[in-house]
Amino acid sequence: MPIQLRAEVLDVRKSGAYSVLSLTAAGMTELARPGHFVTVSMGGEESSMLLRRAFAIYQVKSRGVYGGTLEIVVGVEGKGSKWLSERRRHDHLDIVGPLGRPFILPKERVPCVLVAGGYGAAGMFMLAEQLRDRGCRVDVVMGASCESKLFGVLEMKRASSKLIITTEDGSTGERGRVTDVLGSVIDKSEAAVVYACGPMGMLSAVAAIAGEHRAYSQCSVEEAMACGIGVCMTCVLPVIGPDGVTRMVRSCVEGPVFRGDRVRWSDVGTIPADAFGAPVVEES
Amino acid sequence: MSPAVIGRGPVGSTSETPRMDMSTSLGAMHLDAPVLTASGCAASGRELDEYFDITHLGAIVTKSIMLQPRAGRPTPRMAETPSGMLNSIGLQGPGLEAFIETDLAWLEQRGARVIVSIAGGSVEEYVKIAQKLRYVSGIDAIEVNISCPNVEDRGQVFACNSEAASQVIQAVRRHLDPHTPLFAKLSPDVTDITDIAHAVVRAGASGLSVINTALGMVIDVDRMRPALAGVTGGLSGPAIRPIAVRCVWQIRQAMPKIPILGMGGIRTGLDALQFILAGANAVSVGTATFNDPSAPIRVQRELAQALHERGFTSLREAISFAHREYDAPEPLFAETAAAESAVNPEVDEEQGLEVPRIIQVSEVDVLDDRRPVAEVVQIRRDTASQPFDQYKEFAEAKAADERRADVSPEPQ
Repeated sequence: MPIQLRAEVLDVRKSGAYSVLSLTAAGMTELARPGHFVTVSMGGEESSMLLRRAFAIYQVKSRGVYGGTLEIVVGVEGKGSKWLSERRRHDHLDIVGPLGRPFILPKERVPCVLVAGGYGAAGMFMLAEQLRDRGCRVDVVMGASCESKLFGVLEMKRASSKLIITTEDGSTGERGRVTDVLGSVIDKSEAAVVYACGPMGMLSAVAAIAGEHRAYSQCSVEEAMACGIGVCMTCVLPVIGPDGVTRMVRSCVEGPVFRGDRVRWSDVGTIPADAFGAPVVEES
Repeated sequence: MSPAVIGRGPVGSTSETPRMDMSTSLGAMHLDAPVLTASGCAASGRELDEYFDITHLGAIVTKSIMLQPRAGRPTPRMAETPSGMLNSIGLQGPGLEAFIETDLAWLEQRGARVIVSIAGGSVEEYVKIAQKLRYVSGIDAIEVNISCPNVEDRGQVFACNSEAASQVIQAVRRHLDPHTPLFAKLSPDVTDITDIAHAVVRAGASGLSVINTALGMVIDVDRMRPALAGVTGGLSGPAIRPIAVRCVWQIRQAMPKIPILGMGGIRTGLDALQFILAGANAVSVGTATFNDPSAPIRVQRELAQALHERGFTSLREAISFAHREYDAPEPLFAETAAAESAVNPEVDEEQGLEVPRIIQVSEVDVLDDRRPVAEVVQIRRDTASQPFDQYKEFAEAKAADERRADVSPEPQ
């Protein structure tokens, strides 16, 4: 059950190319699970930026002087995230959360692989921590275009059983993409579940590789959202239901975490002809 | 049902809270509260019910439903624009039957007032929907969406052609229960909106929903192609508010008695007040809900406060108030007038008539706590320059008019 609150900015710190905002969020932190996200309204009450921006929950602390705090990671991409990264201590933000369906954690102590593209890593720290608390082995593959686009490498080194880094320009770790090394990582650890968060193309490839190596995949998608709470129907993508029928489902309330083998990755951005409610092609 | 009294102060408020009769009516449909959701911006109310009690709103206007399940248009479906957004959802929905079984059933069980918005690709489709809905319980009114810009054949937006619009409305009217209020939702993308308004009222609409989105377009300059997969989309949000207020104003001038549900870019109580003053009997909050899930109930609270600050005792008094004749000079010294008005008693001693009372809003805490004090003082000044004699005349004329008037709207 999500809540809306006026959060105070407690701290803003730089981490590579990103800003980490620490916010008061009493009442929200207890509900937050790995994979959940929050939305933040931009630019104040009179803002011309009407749409809220969505952020994975990076860290939560349920106790402390502020009665619960959470952290989000902001990468400057547009004027909204620029405004947000310029917030300072004691500023206030309107936040809603926790939103979406979180990652599903295995009941048994099975080895897991976490794959993070760019700042998709933000949502993976809580997940790694909780998986290890359950006694799961956690191998992490983090990738980005270059070293500065990686987020939280040192911290992830501590949170994981093993960390493999890839960069496309080879500035650190192995040159290449996460998908180049993923297969062998799954094989070596005999992983049963692969968790992934990153751009759509990466998720598509991760889901395919996980399938080939007989691992379940849980992918957290980054779709453009207007409301984040399920009323606007903007963030849909084609997903196959348990009944075998493809529906255009909302990634904000039915996701953002989907089973990798359920999403029709190559059809994202289209309405597949066999989707529920797809336009009937008239015979001429 | 008793008229709703709205205007609970923020938590911790100790002073006397303003009480305001916020009841209104859309023709034969009585509403305890004047703020509704806007079709397509609240799904069927269920999601928003997690943020506030949806039964405290006037009614829920559901997302336009079509006869068959519909997947909508491809993504990207949305682009942010200055103070607004462009959408091309394409009426994605579960189809009428599933809607009745799940959404409508939930709303009825929840006890919310419901206006069902319907859409069709042809007159026959509208008719089939109307026939089916006629025997479904839990529906207070029907809104006929004849103005969605995201249908396959954009040349066929019914609301852009008075003949096509009339045909749809006439057909739906014929198949609905004659007692069910029927609202036609109009498009701003027309040369003269009053032409369409007259046409649909003649065809049997009992009221008008004004306005739907305006057709717009954004080019993605990085990819150098349209930002939306659907190429064009409907523009909504505060960016279109002046257009919407103008449409409400024009229709109210042309048709003094037709019930109007006003909408288009309402984000605050003062925005809503513009629509009420321009002639809307009730308002819908749409895109602002994406920005703030509790926007509809907040707007309703702010509207009550705004009416109170201007000396109104009920929402009804404010409807069409901006259409009154106001040639009286403004007081030269607003501040002096404010001080005088503030000590004035409720009763005008000379005439013995009740005039709207100005409440001394030194009690800042009755206001939304987010509003700075400086702004409160500003409001006091504006209030002070209210020409109250004009108001009295207007109220009397309106009361006389209402006594005379038969309820059924007639186009001129």
